[in-house]
Amino acid sequence: MTAPVVEVANLTKEFTVKSSHGLRVIRRTVHAVSDVSLTVPSGKTVGLVGESGSGKTTVGRCILRLIEPTAGSVKFQGTELVGLPAKDLRKLRRSMQIVFQDPYASLDPKMTIGASIAEPLQIQKVEGNHQDRVAELLELVGLAPDHARRFPHEFSGGQRQRVGVARALALNPSFIVLDEPVSALDVSIQAGVVNLLQDLQEQLGLSYLFIAHDLSVVRHISDSVAVMYLGKVVEVGPAEELYSASAHPYTRALLSAVPQADPIVERERQRIMLQGEVPSPINPPSGCRFRTRCPMAQEICSVEEPALIDRGQGHPVACHFAEAVAVTLGSNVSA
Amino acid sequence: MSTESALSIRDLRVTFKTLLGNVQAVRGVSLDVQPGEVLGVVGESGSGKSVSFLAVMGLLGRNAVIEGSAKVGDTELVGANQRTLRKVRGNNVAMIFQDPLSALNPVHRVGAQVAEMVLAHHHGMSKDDAAKRAVELLDIVGIPQPEQRARQYAHEFSGGMRQRVMIAMAIANDPKVLIADEPTTALDVTVQAQILEVIDRIRKEMGTAVVLITHDLGVVARMADRVQVMYAGRVVERADVHSLFHQSDHPYTRGLLASQPTLGRERLSPIPGAPPNMLQPPSGCAFRVRCAHAAPECAGDVPELIQVRRTETACVRAQELEALV
Ligand SMILES: Nc1ncnc2c1ncn2[C@@H]1O[C@H](COP(=O)(O)OP(=O)(O)OP(=O)(O)O)[C@@H](O)[C@H]1O
Ligand SMILES: Nc1ncnc2c1ncn2[C@@H]1O[C@H](COP(=O)(O)OP(=O)(O)O)[C@@H](O)[C@H]1O
Ligand code: SF4
Ligand SMILES: [Mg+2]
Ligand SMILES: [Mg+2]
Repeated sequence: MTAPVVEVANLTKEFTVKSSHGLRVIRRTVHAVSDVSLTVPSGKTVGLVGESGSGKTTVGRCILRLIEPTAGSVKFQGTELVGLPAKDLRKLRRSMQIVFQDPYASLDPKMTIGASIAEPLQIQKVEGNHQDRVAELLELVGLAPDHARRFPHEFSGGQRQRVGVARALALNPSFIVLDEPVSALDVSIQAGVVNLLQDLQEQLGLSYLFIAHDLSVVRHISDSVAVMYLGKVVEVGPAEELYSASAHPYTRALLSAVPQADPIVERERQRIMLQGEVPSPINPPSGCRFRTRCPMAQEICSVEEPALIDRGQGHPVACHFAEAVAVTLGSNVSA
Repeated sequence: MSTESALSIRDLRVTFKTLLGNVQAVRGVSLDVQPGEVLGVVGESGSGKSVSFLAVMGLLGRNAVIEGSAKVGDTELVGANQRTLRKVRGNNVAMIFQDPLSALNPVHRVGAQVAEMVLAHHHGMSKDDAAKRAVELLDIVGIPQPEQRARQYAHEFSGGMRQRVMIAMAIANDPKVLIADEPTTALDVTVQAQILEVIDRIRKEMGTAVVLITHDLGVVARMADRVQVMYAGRVVERADVHSLFHQSDHPYTRGLLASQPTLGRERLSPIPGAPPNMLQPPSGCAFRVRCAHAAPECAGDVPELIQVRRTETACVRAQELEALV
């Protein structure tokens, strides 16, 4: 067992939103992330999947303390980040970076690529020749050093995402949150960025939290995967096992909804069709948050919240009927 | 073709006049869609998927120069006046988009917008009947409690429900052709599955011809009867869905299929480079600058679609390469 880089325990994040109803202003609580625990082992990739609004980005941002958790603990290489004074946090920030989804919006159009990559070096007042470091970083992500003088609009989506990765690597981090890093890219371009991320991980010993809604990319890149639904982790397990033998009705439904690029498979497979859409996190359902859409829900599901329990296989599941899932919903038909 | 095509496009070309020069977005696209079939249209961003069909619908701006022919029944759409286009749109051909919110009016009730669509092509109908028909349509596309929902506004609908409303408006006049441009790209997979089911049901029950534009090869595999692959403003390969996925002869299609994530952790196979700048697309086969099999002859004439094994392929080397598969 390698020592964990990141340990998240009982993380909760609530946002207060205001809405006006006539003269009255009503404050409501968005339960974005509720009691989430997860561990990123050193040098490994943990995938975080779930539908939009399930809280993936919020978890990533809380870990880096880009936003303040409402409750819970986040340890980075053993140091508790929650409550850590700003000056100590800033030092640790070098080691933790984030890459965003949108390769178009995340670079300043008025800055050269070189200046964008060097920005974190300046902010952190790193000594040494920044120009050389930028050239080195560009090469590392498969771009040419003379690209430094160009502007974002001269680059394709895949190239811009490489620039985003170079920028994240500038301060030699050990951990990177990749928030939907390839979701905006065409599949033919995405493959190159995924390869790059894997190569860099190997070369530099990086650890990743890889957030995505595309389950097939997550399966390819992750060592283990956590599935979120409406602010909660409902299942965690080694990537292969989760895809081949998931024991949560939501994970199964999610996997069965992902269309596969094979017309024979697509036309023969059984789908678990979920009714409706994800309920509002302002008023999540009582008991199991998935129960309003769950094909297996029973009375207990609305009364009692299922705990995330490891039934001895290193594969925790939060469902009252986890043992019955395989029998009731059939063997896995995965992405 | 045994039946009469619902939509028939011949040598469609679209050029945008811009400050930087002429963007050759669509460079000679021909296709037929039959009643009741789903034609999947795939290809990288910028390959001309949307522009081809926006041109057919007469929805491009004034800087677009459109040539060629696009016929629905006997009606020619290229060069048609606004009156003809308005009549055809919604009545014979309808289009839905990725982002339904921008297509819905925020200050009108959803039911009223659907009813308006009904009335636009049924001038004799009473308002009451149109309102009733609107509720019926909302029901057909699977909106629960359609009477109540008809009285609500677009912002009170989720993304999936809005897309259902768009489909209800699109089918209000029983069009021959439904063009769906990335209808589920912005939706979660579980909701995508529901919307695809609605589209499939409409095709089956109403015999509508569906053009399904998407990036997602999985969606195509699930939905399409036939598939056409676009690259740099042209159709580079076309076949029935099974042949395209299992017997493709075009290096671009094969590259696209091979670049998908694999189950294991082995390295993926991207297509090197990036799509061409359509201000100056490469001569000959536009894919040749990224193609592992490019030879000098690929820079010659622009390859036309020819039947190779089970697909129509626009590659001068397809016959030779067939041996390499
Ligand atoms: N109004 C316009 N003026 C100039 N060029 C345009 C205009 N609209 C589209 N283009 C160009 O036409 C080409 C085809 O665009 P189109 O929108 O059809 O691509 P697409 O295949 O639908 O891509 P995506 O998958 O990203 O939706 C692109 O090069 C695009 O930049
Ligand atoms: N700043 C914020 N204020 C209010 N609500 C927020 C804020 N950020 C996120 N949320 C809400 O928290 C929930 C989780 O969001 P997010 O973490 O972005 O989900 P994901 O990344 O899984 O799509 C959503 O309901 C979202 O609307
Ligand atoms: S606890 Fe009940 S509602 Fe929740 S997933 Fe399991 S069976 Fe479904
Ligand atoms: Mg997010
Ligand atoms: Mg498009």
